[in-house]
Amino acid sequence: MARSERPDPHETGAAAAPGAAFAALLEDSAEELYDGAPCGYLSTLMDGTIAKINATLLDWLGVGREEVVGRKRFTDLLTVGGRLYHETHFAPLLRMQGEIRGIALELRRDDGGRVPVLVSSVVKHGTTGEPLLIRSSVFDARDRRGYEEELLRGRKAAEAARTQAETDRARLQDALAVLQQSLLPDVLPHVPGMETAAHYHTASPDRLGGDFYDMFPLDAKRFGFFLGDVCGKGPQAAALTSLTRHTLHAAALHDADPVAALTTLNTVLHARYAGGGDPRYCTAIVGTLETDPATGQAAVQLASGGHPPAIVTRADGTAEFLPTPGGLLVGIVPHARFAGATTVLAPGDTLLLYTDGITEARTGADRSTLFGDDALLAFTADHAGRRPHAVIQALVGLLDSFGKGLDDDTALLALGVPAPDQYTETTP
Amino acid sequence: MDIVRRNNVSVTGNPDGPTVVLAHGFGCDQNMWRLTVPALAEEYRVVLFDYVGSGRADPSAFSQERYATLEGYARDVVEVHEALDLRDAVFVGHSVSAMIGVTAAGMMPPERIRALVMVAPSPCYIDEDGYRGGFSAEDIDELLASLESNYLGWSSAMAPVIMGNPDRPELGDELTNSFCATDPDMARVFARTTFLSDSRDALKNVRVPTLVLDCTQDVIAPREVGAYVHRAIPGSTLITLDATGHCPHLSAAGATNAALTRFLAGLR
Repeated sequence: MARSERPDPHETGAAAAPGAAFAALLEDSAEELYDGAPCGYLSTLMDGTIAKINATLLDWLGVGREEVVGRKRFTDLLTVGGRLYHETHFAPLLRMQGEIRGIALELRRDDGGRVPVLVSSVVKHGTTGEPLLIRSSVFDARDRRGYEEELLRGRKAAEAARTQAETDRARLQDALAVLQQSLLPDVLPHVPGMETAAHYHTASPDRLGGDFYDMFPLDAKRFGFFLGDVCGKGPQAAALTSLTRHTLHAAALHDADPVAALTTLNTVLHARYAGGGDPRYCTAIVGTLETDPATGQAAVQLASGGHPPAIVTRADGTAEFLPTPGGLLVGIVPHARFAGATTVLAPGDTLLLYTDGITEARTGADRSTLFGDDALLAFTADHAGRRPHAVIQALVGLLDSFGKGLDDDTALLALGVPAPDQYTETTP
Repeated sequence: MDIVRRNNVSVTGNPDGPTVVLAHGFGCDQNMWRLTVPALAEEYRVVLFDYVGSGRADPSAFSQERYATLEGYARDVVEVHEALDLRDAVFVGHSVSAMIGVTAAGMMPPERIRALVMVAPSPCYIDEDGYRGGFSAEDIDELLASLESNYLGWSSAMAPVIMGNPDRPELGDELTNSFCATDPDMARVFARTTFLSDSRDALKNVRVPTLVLDCTQDVIAPREVGAYVHRAIPGSTLITLDATGHCPHLSAAGATNAALTRFLAGLR
């Protein structure tokens, strides 16, 4: 050592003591080291009969050497469960691999107590390769086992919590899906001489959407329809949607005039929410549709309460907004005014109602630009003259193309009079 | 379903010889037969497989319900026999596989299995009135605890390497203890099914020549259990091997192979 050649004056005095300790260590015989080691040592014949065992292990077991050497097998020291494990895993692996390390077992003490241990074993082979004996070292694992049991308990608890959470989540999603479906019509009614198509995009399966639409017969000649968007999301929005939908339906049956239906809805919502200090509102377009079998045309009457204007696409390939200016949000003020509008759909024309999920979809490389009203108008113009199903299909493709830019629910409803040459197409 | 892949079936030995199926018990996998195969390979066609939930069988085929009974494991045996269209095979089952073999033989037409070899069998591990299996229900709980404390090199991260590459066994061979590396959840199911089973009633239905091999010192299947199996199977032969432990095909391979080949030769 370099240090012995250049002794440090400060350490010379202290060096004597370690030197003496080192000498004492050298005097420690291998036998003493074996017996007094801080771990258990055990040698057995290949059949498990104990041939040699150190004092440490005897002390842990609480037995005398003469009670075990030549009299007991290694498995006799184990708990019954440990013996089963030994026979099915430990012994075969030791035979196949020649060694095995760190197996957790429990020793049975003479007084009935148990000592958790970790056992490592190697097979000693003779000169011709035949197995002669098994050497094992045994480590006290009381503290470690306690810690491991804590971990195992934690793991089991986490596992149980995860399973429960998954079950709960699945149940919740089922319930939400059923509830969501109850807010939309199962199918649109058949309107003679017309074609109708709708689509509903749900932003998240975990969240109830706030958009709604419906269509229903008013009398022998007329059909009523509406589409809208309630404020907010989730269960409270769903409750509002349910109230809105049924109120509009009932109001339209009572008085088909769309302005009257919206006025009734406004009264109901204002009384129910704003009156109680919790203002909630919606936007909606409500309308009626009356077809004339003689001309093949459909007369449309609309009223809007704060909702984006409907789009009409014409057979000649143009598209235009159908303005409904001045309509207020429904449910905010006690006596709201709503603006009406009318149009006539000739063969090849389609009326499109939508919610702002589509116009407020974020586009562009950094998703910072809104898709916008003009882009929607231009898109529908490209599909003007096509049947409602084809228009909805194209719009669904557009929604898909938004990807993550589409983060709101979107409802679409298209009502059209197919052109005569379109009647041959089959309805999907 | 590809049964050969699912059960990691391997066929070796003499392709023209009579077929011997070697079925591992609870604990490890078909590698347990590594000292047996060389003794048979010259004369016999040897079929090895892993039960689903053991060794390198396809873990995705595991089902808690199916493997909660010995019949579930027996269906693995039946399906392997059908997939290879085995006829007149001798089924050699170690430990619980001996009883799985008895169950499977009862589920198949007689031409599939012509003889049974039961290595260290026990039809019931738990003591009951007038029957000594050697264990109590509490002992089995202790075993389940031992299983939980020892994952034996199994980890969810390594499982795909061990189990998903039957074509590249060298990947698994690198892993210490991989022969006994099992998904702990699946091992627990196999342990419960094995040690809580009682198929004593099935023994009297065995109609094929049967060799029962037990060991002089076996804590899992003691000699009185071997004798019970021998008495219950009409016309069976009992040979007690001078072996310690539950795996005589590893600890006393020579004696085990001698008894096995003598029995097989007698069938020809």
